[in-house]
Amino acid sequence: MNHYSYIALVPLLPLATFLVLGLFGRKYVKTFSGTIGTASLLASAVLSLYTAYNYFFIDGKVNGVFQKIIALKYTWLQFSPNVSIDMGIILDPISVMMIVVVTFVSLMVHVFSLGYMKGEERFATYYAFLSLFTFSMLGLVLASNIFQIYMFWELVGVSSFLLIGYYFEKPSAVAAAKKAFIVTRFADLGFLIGILILAFYSGTLDFGVLIERLTATQSSQYISITSASFLGASMLTWGLTLVFIGGAGKSAMFPLHIWLPDAMEGPTPVSALIHAATMVVAGVYLVARLFPVFSIDVTALQIVTYVGAFSALLAAVIACTQTDIKRVLAYSTMSQIGYMMFALGVSKYGGENGLGYMASMFHLFTHAFFKSLLFLGAGAVIHLVHSNEMKDMGGLRKLMPITHITFLIACLAIAGIPPFSGFFSKEEILLAAYQSNLLVYGLAVFTSGLTAFYMFRLYYSIFWSREAHVHDTHHGEGTFSMKLPLIILGACALMAGFVPIASMVTSDGSALETHIDIKFSALPVIMAVLGIAMATYLYKVKSERAVTVAEGFGGLYNAALKKFYIDEIYLFVTKKIIFNLIGRPAAWIDKNIVDGFMNLLATTTGKISELIKGFQSGKVQNYALYFFGGILGLAVLFIYLWN
Amino acid sequence: MNEITITHILFVSTALFFIGMYGLFTRRNMITMLMAVELILNSVNINFVAFNKYLYPGKLDGVFFTIFVITIAAAEAAVAIAIIINLYRSHNSIDVDDASELKY
Amino acid sequence: MNASVIIFYLISAFILATGIMAVTNRKIFRSAIALLFSLTGIAGLYFWMDVNFIAAVQIIVYVGGIVVLIIFSIFLTQRSGEEMPKPHMTRTVFSVLAVLAGLGLTCNLIYQYGFNSASNLPSTFSADVADIGTQMLSTTEHGFVLPFELVSMLLLAALIGCIVIAMKVKQEEK
Repeated sequence: MNHYSYIALVPLLPLATFLVLGLFGRKYVKTFSGTIGTASLLASAVLSLYTAYNYFFIDGKVNGVFQKIIALKYTWLQFSPNVSIDMGIILDPISVMMIVVVTFVSLMVHVFSLGYMKGEERFATYYAFLSLFTFSMLGLVLASNIFQIYMFWELVGVSSFLLIGYYFEKPSAVAAAKKAFIVTRFADLGFLIGILILAFYSGTLDFGVLIERLTATQSSQYISITSASFLGASMLTWGLTLVFIGGAGKSAMFPLHIWLPDAMEGPTPVSALIHAATMVVAGVYLVARLFPVFSIDVTALQIVTYVGAFSALLAAVIACTQTDIKRVLAYSTMSQIGYMMFALGVSKYGGENGLGYMASMFHLFTHAFFKSLLFLGAGAVIHLVHSNEMKDMGGLRKLMPITHITFLIACLAIAGIPPFSGFFSKEEILLAAYQSNLLVYGLAVFTSGLTAFYMFRLYYSIFWSREAHVHDTHHGEGTFSMKLPLIILGACALMAGFVPIASMVTSDGSALETHIDIKFSALPVIMAVLGIAMATYLYKVKSERAVTVAEGFGGLYNAALKKFYIDEIYLFVTKKIIFNLIGRPAAWIDKNIVDGFMNLLATTTGKISELIKGFQSGKVQNYALYFFGGILGLAVLFIYLWN
Repeated sequence: MNEITITHILFVSTALFFIGMYGLFTRRNMITMLMAVELILNSVNINFVAFNKYLYPGKLDGVFFTIFVITIAAAEAAVAIAIIINLYRSHNSIDVDDASELKY
Repeated sequence: MNASVIIFYLISAFILATGIMAVTNRKIFRSAIALLFSLTGIAGLYFWMDVNFIAAVQIIVYVGGIVVLIIFSIFLTQRSGEEMPKPHMTRTVFSVLAVLAGLGLTCNLIYQYGFNSASNLPSTFSADVADIGTQMLSTTEHGFVLPFELVSMLLLAALIGCIVIAMKVKQEEK
């Protein structure tokens, strides 16, 4: 126990809020639940910032390298003298950065929801679920044991299910919640198997010890895990790939991305919290946490790289065609997370080589701010227009000035225009890619052009394009509680690029030198400006130009509009193949054989009891006869047969 | 067989005992069941007297037991008849198969 | 083969035959009379065994008391002329089997035990009434005064019990 033990309050405050609001919210404190939730999260956020200040600026460093500090540790389940599940809190650069991001964004979402969700019947339940989610996410990032992270991983999945399915009267929301949960649960199967493989070979479940054993090339655990192989790949590759599959499910990488667009059925502040800034980066966080082990296995890193790059490109292409504004933002999230993933993939461990790692974490930091700002802005728009579709919007810049300005800031940030935050983080990513893998670099530059294009297509469709015809403007742009987070996040999206992440969050803890290379940055900025120009040409004023261009692409446009039919393929596989070949026989066996066997036991027992029932006939002489027969039998047994 | 030994008397009493048992199992009338019980008690009396006479001739314990058994058998027969009469009043029959309320 | 032996066999046959009649006869009155004869035969056996007092008690109490009581209850409870119903065939069969098995088992045991007393002792056995009386009321080691008193209490209890059970409840309304 050291002086960081107050950090236990950071996840426990939201947990306490969840319990209080969940148990008593509906009846007693309905109108105050928002205030209670926000207040407790404010306390958590302040504590996180204080911890970050302490860690990064006062005493986290030893000899210029940030240390991993175990703040708390408690042995929960001991399997054997070496293997146990401990509950602990680890403080290292990425976890401290994450708690700041999570609590801050969650606080903004809480404040925004005070206005957005006002008048909801289940107001208290909403805040309870938000607190549960915050607790789970904080537990996930502070976990010091791989099984602990798995437990919180599942808890995050559950909270997300509850929040996506918040409007449970809508069947589409229920279906989306189920889809999210099932897809991520399926990915978690891979995660669990990966955990078991890694734990088996390294003999421990604790992150620090596991990394230490598997990266020391002389240790017996490393030799055993790399010499054992299965279907041609070493067990280390299998373990890491399976763990990555779990991460890919949560982070919506191809092909496990199908749940993310549908998850937009939840309330928009929820999308801002979960599907922009926190839950979807859990996969990236996991790879970063295990990064030293990933960095010694080339195959696993290549899988990470290519999956990330491909997801980024695919999502960007699809986002160019979507008309539901939340879905555009969802695909944009998938694309940006693809960036973070391949940035990790092209990185190596240690010193200057760890540039990709630092870039990925930097992008995570800035992306949290501008993406949640985009979602909250979309929420304000939807609140006014009562529709998600672009065709119902247009010309809203006069009706919602604050939303307009902050949305524009966020779009510029995501497009990578200097001096907004996105420029700095994207530049680092592109530099890391350029230094390792030119194909990925090329894809990334093209994708950043596409990103600028579709984001500004979105911006123009909402705020320009034509005159607004919104009928009821009685609640205007939204309450003050809805505008305040937009302003604060807008400021962060502007300034976050100047935070010296490079000196704080790196692969091995020592500071990295970064500088802006004008010649190198020119290319991405030019691509972004081109994308913005194209979007302006096509979308600023409503015209037929966009339709002409779309027809020019022909089949590709249609395929992208239909999200490349991936959902249909999944449906086909599950319905025709899995349900018919596996589901139906299994159901038949269950109903007829298993249930039939039990019924058989029951009816047999019934029949036997009918038979035996006759013995209690009430007739004394029968009883006397049985009695005497028993005595005879016993007498014969004991007198003649005993010895 | 020139001498009647105790074994012969025991054979007689055993046979009487089992005759009484047969009556107890078979008879449907409660009064005839009582009669069979009396036969059983008498067989026991014969046993007591025989054992006393042949194995322990110096004492009189068997005789006393027999006297007491006779006494108690009389009391018991009286009580049994009282019960049978009571049962007859409620069921209006002394067929023992009619008094089967304790069946399943 | 002296007279004593023959008489014994005759008495035994009489007892067993009337006993079988008592338990198998379909008419209840004949069954009661067969019982009477069987009990009398047992008294005869007691006489043969030289325990005169017991024989007398047997005749007085059993024959003169209990059988009469049984006949009274027959009168009280049924139409004594009719035939009683036969028992079910399965019950008869199983009873016969059980009884024969039991008989076989017990006789085997008795035969195998081989009582060592067979020869000489009957002559030293005397059951005089005076001896019985004295011993019944004596308080010393082989005295039976305690059971005697207890039996008297039991008879009292049985008396009261019978009266209570068989009493007709008086109707309250008049």
